[in-house]
Amino acid sequence: MKKYTFTEKKDTRSGFGAGMQALGQTNPNVVALCADLVGSLKLDAFIKENPDRFIQCGIAEANMIGVAAGLTIGGKIPFATTFANFGSGRVYDQIRQSVAYSNKNVKIAVSHAGLTLGEDGATHQILEDLAMMRALPGMTVINPCDYNQTKAATIACAAFDGPVYLRFGRPVVPIFTDADQKFEIGKAWMVNEGTDVSIFATGHLVWEAIQAGELLAAEGINAEIINIHTIKPLDNQAVLASVAKTGCLVSAEEHQIAGGLGSAIAELLAQNNPKPQEFVAVNDSFGESGTPNQLMEKYGLTAQHIVAAAKKAIARK
Amino acid sequence: MTTQKLQQTASQVRRDILRMVHGCQSGHPGGSLGCADLLVALYFQQMKISNRKGKGGYLSFNMNATGEDLFFLSNGHISPVFYSVLARRGYFDVTEMSTFRKLNSRLQGHPTTHEHLPGVRIASGSLGQGLSVAIGAAMAKKMNGDPALVYCLMGDGEQQEGQVWEAVTFAPHKNLDNLVAFVDVNGQQIDGPTTKVMNNRDIGAKYKAFGWRVLSVNGNNMEELVTLLRKIKRLTGKGQPIAVMMQTEMGAGVDFMMYSHKWHGIAPNDEQLATALAQLPETMGDY
Repeated sequence: MKKYTFTEKKDTRSGFGAGMQALGQTNPNVVALCADLVGSLKLDAFIKENPDRFIQCGIAEANMIGVAAGLTIGGKIPFATTFANFGSGRVYDQIRQSVAYSNKNVKIAVSHAGLTLGEDGATHQILEDLAMMRALPGMTVINPCDYNQTKAATIACAAFDGPVYLRFGRPVVPIFTDADQKFEIGKAWMVNEGTDVSIFATGHLVWEAIQAGELLAAEGINAEIINIHTIKPLDNQAVLASVAKTGCLVSAEEHQIAGGLGSAIAELLAQNNPKPQEFVAVNDSFGESGTPNQLMEKYGLTAQHIVAAAKKAIARK
Repeated sequence: MTTQKLQQTASQVRRDILRMVHGCQSGHPGGSLGCADLLVALYFQQMKISNRKGKGGYLSFNMNATGEDLFFLSNGHISPVFYSVLARRGYFDVTEMSTFRKLNSRLQGHPTTHEHLPGVRIASGSLGQGLSVAIGAAMAKKMNGDPALVYCLMGDGEQQEGQVWEAVTFAPHKNLDNLVAFVDVNGQQIDGPTTKVMNNRDIGAKYKAFGWRVLSVNGNNMEELVTLLRKIKRLTGKGQPIAVMMQTEMGAGVDFMMYSHKWHGIAPNDEQLATALAQLPETMGDY
């Protein structure tokens, strides 16, 4: 089992900011848009270095999505940025018609996804965005796991032609992936090979899954852990190969059970190789105010919860 | 093109609209007829469009259109007038109009890029989104140093959508003086007169208060339209976006379709079609 350690913690949104800064220096077509949340999206460096390629849109997200779609008609690669709540649910129809159906090369890059937004509470804690975005034909949906991966994903998004929903978050989390990693959209990342149970995790839950793997190993359970940073298109081959080997699985995500990563995997397995699956995700509930750690604990999204789910899945084999 | 020639073109476009809607017994003839004069004036007179021909002798369509003026139809339900003008201008064969709203057609009920119909740059239909897209395209032109203009058409009922006012606030703030927005003020929407459904009051005064240069025109008078469009070219590049309150009659050109919202979204039967076509000279040959 590969041991993962970290020396530093950072927020994934800072990884996005670093990715944007790098793109600002290398790709003259990249344009950033923001709806009055520049600091939260860590766009300061990009704006300072490329003031003419930043468009402040004010608190008007619907217009921002349309403007982003229009910018592509002229060869720009717009990154429309805001909180995940305002970049998905609030503007679903704008994304649907002006971006996805129109197949525009717009990158919707959103921070503060999920419970770990924390104290602001449920009005801002979107837990349905992966479901909405995944349901849109032609939309690519990415949820990277740490600072380095978010930076790499941001850079990869600009090189990819087509609409993307790139989701990241607010809290500082361990940096455990390589700084110079190659990010391949749609390619699952094998974190640790195992034989007893497959754990498919995305976003902040990947680190929790790694911790769970160690706890399970201490009890003699050999878990395979896979980072699904791209929820759509799902790496079908990686999922099917892993489950064929382990015979049961856990999906883990900072999202509702309905419609997210777990659902995507269940849809695939139901058609190809149905196996016992446990969901580590929010169960048909809104969030609430609290610290990120308190919320992850209360809503069942920690390493301990993944351990319990893994044992349950194994027992159902 | 002379005003008379533009009028003759508009007459053919109106015939196309009626025949398309009749052919599939669905669609929106009222607003389409009302905006026929504007779209003809834009595409056959005003807009700078590449005349380069591609496959099959049709106009070659470039999505990014560097150096070309762009038109965005925000009130996508008046797709018949858009399709007719695009076909008559040479983007695709006029016979394709017979596929309007039918299975496997590129002429979807509402315009879309999904079927790759030349001339269409964005999907529209869900109202209130087109002006934002036009703004983005106008900003890209500025960033690219492209002096061409961007035109957008919206309905007056559409002004009830909240997103419109986000966009109306945004464009003057960015000094987008390469953008021209038309509002089709026909005073009608599906459920009745706009004054009764939800009164927009003075739309022009609102745009002016938001920072636009506001003009008005009789949108069913070709001479007036051509004069106004000529004037607009002189008014662009002066730091302000331009809005035109365009008074039209829903159903313009067909006596029994005018002065009511009745023909917003219904198709004429055989007899009604014949009566309507008798009022509109066939000038370019029916498809």
